Amino acid sequence: MSLDKHDVEKIAHLARLAINEEDVPTYAQNLSSILDLVEQMNSVNTDDVEPMAHPTDAVQRLREDEVRETNQRERFQKIAPQVENGLYLVPRVIE
Amino acid sequence: MHNKTIAELSRGLREGDFSSEELTRHFLERINRLDNSLNSFITVSEELALAQAKQADAQIAAGEVGALTGIPLAQKDIFCTDGVKTSCGSKMLDNFIAPYNATSVEQLNAAGTVMLGKTNMDEFAMGSSNETSFYGAVKNPWNTDTVPGGSSGGSAAAVAARLTPCATGTDTGGSIRQPAALCGVTGLKPTYGRVSRYGMIAFASSLDQGGPLTRTAEDAAMILGVMAGFDERDSTSIDTPVPDYTAGLNDDLNGLKIGLPKEYFGEGLDSGIGDAVHAAIDEYKKMGAEIVDISLPNTHLAVPAYYVVAPAECSSNLSRFDGVRFGYRCEDPKDLEDMYKRSRGEAFGAEVKRRILIGAYALSSGYYDAYYLKAQKVRRLISADFKQAFESVDVIMGPTSPTPAFGLGEKADDPITMYLSDIYTIAVNLAGLPGMSIPAGFVNNMPAGLQIIGNYFEEAKLLNVAHKFQQITDHHQRTPAGFE
Repeated sequence: MSLDKHDVEKIAHLARLAINEEDVPTYAQNLSSILDLVEQMNSVNTDDVEPMAHPTDAVQRLREDEVRETNQRERFQKIAPQVENGLYLVPRVIE
Repeated sequence: MHNKTIAELSRGLREGDFSSEELTRHFLERINRLDNSLNSFITVSEELALAQAKQADAQIAAGEVGALTGIPLAQKDIFCTDGVKTSCGSKMLDNFIAPYNATSVEQLNAAGTVMLGKTNMDEFAMGSSNETSFYGAVKNPWNTDTVPGGSSGGSAAAVAARLTPCATGTDTGGSIRQPAALCGVTGLKPTYGRVSRYGMIAFASSLDQGGPLTRTAEDAAMILGVMAGFDERDSTSIDTPVPDYTAGLNDDLNGLKIGLPKEYFGEGLDSGIGDAVHAAIDEYKKMGAEIVDISLPNTHLAVPAYYVVAPAECSSNLSRFDGVRFGYRCEDPKDLEDMYKRSRGEAFGAEVKRRILIGAYALSSGYYDAYYLKAQKVRRLISADFKQAFESVDVIMGPTSPTPAFGLGEKADDPITMYLSDIYTIAVNLAGLPGMSIPAGFVNNMPAGLQIIGNYFEEAKLLNVAHKFQQITDHHQRTPAGFE
């Protein structure tokens, strides 16, 4: 599998990741060689194999839907890049 | 004092040979004096360490002592530590002061240990050489022109250089075992679900597992006893009783069945490492163990499957770093999308970006079946190989890493060559099994690691097998020159 410049730009957009223009060819080359490695998986037939999502095949535990955490808004917002009146600030989304 | 094991230090503290404060000052002095040449610590938490040491001394004086009260250790900088910078080796979290403790940190604090600081690591634990850290590469104390391995490279180097008796690590594809092997220390990756992942910054959630790096198996048993256990805050934590890992350390190995997978001794294995591993296995024969030739036929598919599963989970986990709630935010974003893209683009390094991109691609519409689903099926096959092997053997042994420590910069530009340095460790994570690396010998004065793989929740067996070897060999006692 070979990825070109356009593919890398598309994936980078999906991942919301800015990539410098001049680095795109290197990423295309690196990612293509990783995909070549990955495609060695195709050497084995897995038609009847059950996919394994977790090592121990454990199921999700459930608990009562009750409040357990205390409100620590100030503590958590102290490490935020930008807050005002207890709210996280981001660039304007709606004009 | 720095040449003593945790078990010895524990006795010394209780018998009043030295105080925890003296011990802590001794290690802090060594870090300040010697770590310039290694770069194994990102943060040294001197003030906190001395406060914890004084508290431990008060507890010892009051007779309220556990085995680890007053023992200094270091935490890999992937574990959140309340009030202490937790960078995960990344520019993204260079300004991140964790607002809470990881469960492992809570447990070790509650046991009375003293945190010396936070160790260097590959960025977000993605790497096998510790060269992807935002804080610069760590050097291997056995030869500072070589890498310590990764991603827990700072932890392994610090333990090898006697800057701390113990450091925590995490292992997603070999990140405890491979650096332990390359630095000549003992490293244990427990069964998936044995140690809580809460507060351990996530890389690939179905593979990540925390564990100790120490000088001896006995020390690893003492630390694991504290780190292991059910945690309701980790959704994949397993509720199984924690045994006393020190109880069976001296159990006789007569009749132990050791499986040697032929796939772990083939092409690509450095002959010196192969010789060291075979010599170690001969020691086990002398102890009465029986050697069984086995096959893990899907071994060659482990690295390919891993480089779908791990990047896919990483791409999903690392989407939380968006410049909104914590971590790095770019200057003057022109809109929300620009803020996401540039914050991430400016703060993640090249290896993290590669993995996010591969993961995003593998999970994108139209490719899911060909990559992620296929990898999960291959994962089942790899796991089934081990399941079958453990029907006829007690433990599996082989090399931890195919080569001794390689040169700084030697593989840094070639991701594929770097990925293949984890060829013997990755399958264990895919299967979720416990694995250890212990010093097996030396190749041209550089450490060689013996990997020991056990069945699910058989950490006690691994520790027993490792301890018995360390009773009749002295590889684990050798100290790199300049750090005696």
